[in-house]
Amino acid sequence: MLRLLRRRLLQGVPLILGVIIMNFLLIQAAPGSFLDVMSAESQVSDPAMLEQLRVTYGMDQPVWLQLVKYIWSVARLDFGFSYRQNMPVLDVILASLPATLVLMLASLLIALLLGVTAGVVAAVKVNTIWDNLLSFLAVLFFAAPSFWLGIMLTVLFAVKLGWVPVGGMMSITAANQGVLDVVLDVLHHLALPAMALGLFYAAVYARVMRAAMLEVLSLDFIRTARAKGLGRWRVVLAHGLRNALLPIVTLFGLQFGTVLGGSIVVETVFSWPGLGSLMLDSVSSRNYPVVLGVLVFSSIVVILVNIAVDLAYLRLDPRIRAR
Amino acid sequence: MAGLDVRGLSVSLYTRGGVLPALSEVSLSVQPGRTLALVGESGCGKSMTALAIMRLLPEPPARIIAGQVMLGDTDLAALPERRMLGVRGKAVSMIFQDPMSSLNPVVPVGQQIMEVLRRHENLSGRAARTRAAELLTLVGIPDAEARLAEYPHRLSGGMCQRVMIAIAIACRPAVLVADEPTTALDVTVQAQILELLKRLQAETGMALLLITHDLGVVAEMADEVAVMYAGRVVEQGPVDAIFAAPLHPYTRGLLGATPSGGTAGRHTRLADIPGSVPSLAELPAGCAFAPRCPLAHAACTAQPPLTTLAPQHLAACFAALGVPAHAA
Repeated sequence: MLRLLRRRLLQGVPLILGVIIMNFLLIQAAPGSFLDVMSAESQVSDPAMLEQLRVTYGMDQPVWLQLVKYIWSVARLDFGFSYRQNMPVLDVILASLPATLVLMLASLLIALLLGVTAGVVAAVKVNTIWDNLLSFLAVLFFAAPSFWLGIMLTVLFAVKLGWVPVGGMMSITAANQGVLDVVLDVLHHLALPAMALGLFYAAVYARVMRAAMLEVLSLDFIRTARAKGLGRWRVVLAHGLRNALLPIVTLFGLQFGTVLGGSIVVETVFSWPGLGSLMLDSVSSRNYPVVLGVLVFSSIVVILVNIAVDLAYLRLDPRIRAR
Repeated sequence: MAGLDVRGLSVSLYTRGGVLPALSEVSLSVQPGRTLALVGESGCGKSMTALAIMRLLPEPPARIIAGQVMLGDTDLAALPERRMLGVRGKAVSMIFQDPMSSLNPVVPVGQQIMEVLRRHENLSGRAARTRAAELLTLVGIPDAEARLAEYPHRLSGGMCQRVMIAIAIACRPAVLVADEPTTALDVTVQAQILELLKRLQAETGMALLLITHDLGVVAEMADEVAVMYAGRVVEQGPVDAIFAAPLHPYTRGLLGATPSGGTAGRHTRLADIPGSVPSLAELPAGCAFAPRCPLAHAACTAQPPLTTLAPQHLAACFAALGVPAHAA
């Protein structure tokens, strides 16, 4: 297990290097720089001053040298400096990270619970009205774009019914309340964005789970379990579920990255102060150090999560352990 | 202990193409301590019979439409599913053809044995564990205590089948249904598994319904034989009588198509049965074997009844009955 962990971590290094180089070059190729935005905002047009700023920020150097310097600094966990927030990029990212993590975990939890349950029920009740209904809902939520779903949820639950706030992460008054009140307040704000993001992934999990469970339920050892006199749900949960969960675990690892990406839209719709909002702000203000930082940071997270998935596989399937 | 008595069991498959008769009026009986071998080609309904007895038929499309499966005074075919749960693995157990895939790959074998003990014997953790180790020893797995933690993929096919047998006999069932238990195993391992089944039967007095297409296994194991063809029992009787004087032309064909060991048969050609088993959708009217039968005549367009022709020896064949062609 430790050997596998070490091997996977080592394999991650060239991967991250590749991600950095790709993203760095892509951003270099994009038009404009934060200097353009800065100079426009503060109405600086003196070419000498601009040239001096270029030198200060190292933008006069050849691209390859900037790249090498950037890689070297990332290796020391220094993601550069954000001139807009006037603090290191890593601090900017870490400030937005908790909000995104809360949103991601909540939506993945919703996705797993709803998706796995729906998939199992649909597989056990295959070709019944329940299966049809759940499959219909799955296709619906899979097809609905998350910004549209977010707006619809807002219109219904926040505007019409007034059950939850329209956006934001906590009430302004929350700051001078107890810990429990703050937690409740955040959960209150969290409900809609977590649903908007989670329902899409719940739909994906439901489809995959249904297919995996149907396949597992046709295997010989399920017949053995039934021949032991176990009831239908006991057979499904004790013998079917663990075998059918393997593809879900894989999917979970793969989706972790796309949830980060997908949350840009949802965070914007619900003005959730996370990495997604930060990313959008940084792109529109050409704050490329932050854009690059978020990209590299999320790649590292995705790679780490996939290593965790590999380790989870070892726990779930003893046949892999043998290899 | 109760034996198993199947009476007039009929199973139909309800498919899009229509209703297919998978089993027609199958009657069998196995007494405690005895072994009945159910033989026939692939697709003749042997496994279907076993699954119908266990009430494990895939429903839909399959459904029992007539007949009884009597275990003592209980008709299993009529039991509600909830009460059937208490019968499966307890009074009637089953082992399957492919032992490697019949065990859950992600659960240690010990857990899989303990599960049935917890379900029917109400044994708790430690007691179930001790009993599971005893069962593994009983089925001839050495170092049982340590093997409890093994996963199925770490065991050989023969070992897996021993584990399956341990699960099946854990609650001392009255009837063990063994569906081709040695087909997937090496020849030497086959003999060991058959010996094990014989020994366990002698110790527990359970009735054994042995499904096989291997007539060598039949000769080795069975007291009685039932031969099936296209969902019907066509001949039934004591094993000696069936081997010495088969009455149904299909049984004769099966015996003729079996290579005999030793030098005597070395230069004789094996007799094959021409043609193949008809599909359930295209069963001919009357005797289903008639199109392949060397003795078929005009009378065979009617269904021949299963008739006692010698002591305890039944066959369903007009030719064996001595019915002349013009009688129909």
